[in-house]
This record gives sequence, structure tokens and C-alpha cells, in this order.
Amino acid sequence: MSLAEAASPRRAAADAPAASLKLRTIVKAFGAKKVLRGLDLDILAGQFVAVIGRSGCGKSTLLRLIAGLDAPDAGAIHFDGGDDLVPRVMFQEPRLLPWANVIANVEIGLGARRREAGARRRALDALAAVGLADRAADWPGTLSGGQKQRVALARALVSRPCVLALDEPLGALDALTRIEMQSLLETAWRREGFTALLVTHDVAEAATLADRIVLLEDGAVALDLEVALPRPRLRGSPEFGRLEETILGRLHSPSRGA
Amino acid sequence: MADTATSLQRPLRTPRLALRFDLRRLLAPAIGWIAPALLVVVWQGSASLGWLPDSLLPSPLAVLAAGWRLTLSGELPRNVEVSFLRAFAGLVVGGAIGFGFGLANGLSRASDRLTDTTLQMARNIPHLALIPLVIVWFGIDEAAKLFLVALGVFFPIYANTLHGVRAVDLQLVEMAKSYGMRRLELFSRVILPGALPSIFVGLRYALGVMWLTLIVAETIAAQSGVGYMAMQAREFLQLDVVVLAIVIYALLGKLADVVVRALERACLAWRPLHGD
Repeated sequence: MSLAEAASPRRAAADAPAASLKLRTIVKAFGAKKVLRGLDLDILAGQFVAVIGRSGCGKSTLLRLIAGLDAPDAGAIHFDGGDDLVPRVMFQEPRLLPWANVIANVEIGLGARRREAGARRRALDALAAVGLADRAADWPGTLSGGQKQRVALARALVSRPCVLALDEPLGALDALTRIEMQSLLETAWRREGFTALLVTHDVAEAATLADRIVLLEDGAVALDLEVALPRPRLRGSPEFGRLEETILGRLHSPSRGA
Repeated sequence: MADTATSLQRPLRTPRLALRFDLRRLLAPAIGWIAPALLVVVWQGSASLGWLPDSLLPSPLAVLAAGWRLTLSGELPRNVEVSFLRAFAGLVVGGAIGFGFGLANGLSRASDRLTDTTLQMARNIPHLALIPLVIVWFGIDEAAKLFLVALGVFFPIYANTLHGVRAVDLQLVEMAKSYGMRRLELFSRVILPGALPSIFVGLRYALGVMWLTLIVAETIAAQSGVGYMAMQAREFLQLDVVVLAIVIYALLGKLADVVVRALERACLAWRPLHGD
């Protein structure tokens, strides 16, 4: 199955904005340490790309550059195809305001449109989409870790992003909650049609969600793999296992040109 | 057999537990008052038995009587009002300046470089050491008391506001910025609420300093107020009034604490600590 076919059910419904990204010779250094050295990457509109690599390979730095949280030392990042070109970020931590209740936290995602009529309705819908409509009035402190990340997801989705950057948002969750969140994320992505960029160290997670897996090594792309498995993907299937093995094999033997 | 035993026990056990629980809830706030009440009883007892001469320490009843007498004459309410207004005015002026500098230095590097060293140096001077100078400057006017109280409450509010603003979670700030929050909104929705717990710590500390400063200032240089009333009474050997003044200060201090606690409960309701 080709990439186009695999992505087709979502593409067909994609009247929602999505942006394509072009990254050209991106360089980023922290002090003497060059984290990204001339990285090139093209991401199609609406594509779900997973970026994996060992810790310190520069994957989180790359995400922060794309999200506009940091600026590259050299090179350029271009977005095309959407009106509101502010990428949304889902961080490793939920980063909810503890002094604002759940619904107010979701409304932050609306930005300046928070004061428009119908804003509360949209926030409630987003909260319902992650299954937390009944917790709207609660303090974030009363939620579990998984529920907090679901609120963070609702906050990111309520703004209808054209690009959603995810910085290992499921890393701190237990295995079961993590799988639930993955399917929630996949559903949201298929419904909304945004371009997704997921940084993770979990190969199975990348293989479950991504159209394309990019492996970073020493600040550059070491492996660029299209994933053509049909969705929703079955973790037990032989194709899934072969894909995981390919990536893990590449991660374990970091010799060049493998 | 075992079944009947448990089914018999169950309805018995529930009301007993409920009763004990209710009693505890009723008694819990009263527990803190046991020791003070006991002290008053022992105090009154030893005075009534003649162990405690009036010339050393008048009995609680005598103090109450003095309180009633001075209330009727209008002297007590007037002096309490004067003291309260001084304390409050000093807190508002000193607190506002401290809060302002704390915010400015927490938010702006330039402001911090410009003023923090000066403020930290001034902090090491005990403000009560300025009393002789303050009397020369302001006489024993209201301005003297206002100045001293304001100076006293300034530092705790300044230091804790500054600390609170600096300790705000930068991850939350980054999140808010990534969702397009700018200056004013970022301040009112993220920085100020984040700094608030620390500001309250400063406020509580400032209240202690406020009463202390006022007592000292009123006993040394004043023509009205609770402290002045106590000093006048000492001249005429009215120990009951002296003790009354001390009790009034204690009550005013407690009242201020209760108000701040209520404010904290209202403003920091999101903290699990303030759940009950």
C-alpha cells in the first residue's frame, strides 16, 4: 500500500487548513555543541511525521525550532498552505495553569478569539472530544496525569491548528493510558487534517501513528521511512513487527549508510 | 451465626462512627482555644485567691471591667480606631510601594539592576533604629507613625513579591506565549497568579511587623492610640488598662490573621492545601 492510499481517508475530508513545511540547512548550536548541523526536511501538508532518535540527537531542538519557540542559528523554515501559521505545541508536560479551571485552560487555545461569541461552546466541544466534558469546572490539580494531557490536547485542538508539534507528550504516561492517548490523537488528526510532527523515543508509538518516520542522528536525518500500513494499525501484525525491527536495528547500530 | 452477628453489628456501628465524626468536626476548631482558656481560668483563680496582687497583674475580670469602662467613656473605641487606621494606612502605603518594586524588579532586568542593591542595603537597617531621626523629622505627628509602619512592611512585601515573580514556572510562561498571550494578559493570567502564594507569605509577615512597629511607635511617640493609652495608664498605675491594651493588640493581630486567611482561601482556592 502506498503512502497516498494509506492517508486517503483523511485527505478526502481535509477541508481544514494544513500547512506543508520546508526546512533548509538548519543549524542550531548550544554553546560549542552543534545540535543540528545543516538539516533538510520537507513535510507534506496533512502528513503525520514521527521524529525519533537517541536522547541528545536534536529531535526536541528541531521541534522547538518548528514551533517557533527558538530561532535557528542558520537556515530557514518555510510554511505553506494555511492562513493561521502559528504551529501549536503539545509539550512533554501538560503545562496547565493550576489556578484556572479545566475549561478556562482549554480556552487559552483560542487565543484572542476567546472573547468571541461561541468560544465557550467550542472549548466545551473540544473537551468533550477528549472525553472530559464532565470535568470542565474542576481544578487541574484534581486530574490524573493522563487526564491533564487530554486537557492539553483539547487546548491545542480547539485552535484548529494547521501544524501540531508534539514533544513526547505521552512519555510520562503509563502504558495503558498511553495507548488510549495515541488513538485519541490519531482520531483527532484524521478528523482535523492538520500536519502533525511527533517527537518520540518510543519506536512502537512512531510506528502506530506516523505516515513517515524520520530518524535523527548527530543532528541530521539518518533514515527517512514511509509507513504504508493501513490504519488503525495492529501492533501484533507481522508488518508492524518488521517495521519496528528495521528502526530498532538502525538505532542500535549507528554506523553510517546502513 | 456469623452472618447474623455481622448484620447486627453493622447498623450499630454506622451511627456510632457518624457521631464520633461529627463530634470531632465540632471540636476541631475549638481545640486551639483550650490552652488560652485554661490560662485565663488559672489567672482569674489565682487573682481571686489573692495569690496574684493587683499591683503586679490585675485579674481578667478587672481587665474586662476596665474595657467596659473605657468603652462607655468612648476612650477605647477612639484609640482602637486611631491605631487601626495608622496600621492600615501604613500597610497600604508601604505594601503598595513594596509590591510595585517587587513586580518591577521581578519583571525588568534594568529596574532590578538599578534598585535592588539599594533596597537590599536599606533592608539591613532595623527600621525601629530610625525612631530618633523620625521624631526629629516628623515630630510625633501621624506622619511619623505612617513612615515607620510603611517602612517596616515594605521589605517583607517587596522581597516576597520579587521572589514570587521570579519563581513563576517558565514552562507555563512559554506555553502562554506560544498561545499568543502578550504583556498584560501574560501578567494577569500567568505571572501574578503564580506569584500570589509567595505574596501572601509576605503579607502575613508584614502584618506581624506592622503591629510591632505600631506598638513601639505609639509607646514612644504618640498622643493617641492603644499604645499611648497604655503608657498613660502606666503613669497613673492603672495596670488593668495596661493589660487591656496588650489584649487589644493581641485581638487586632488575630483579626488581621483571620482576614488574610480568608483572602488566601478565596484567592488560592486552586491549591489542594486550601481545600478545607
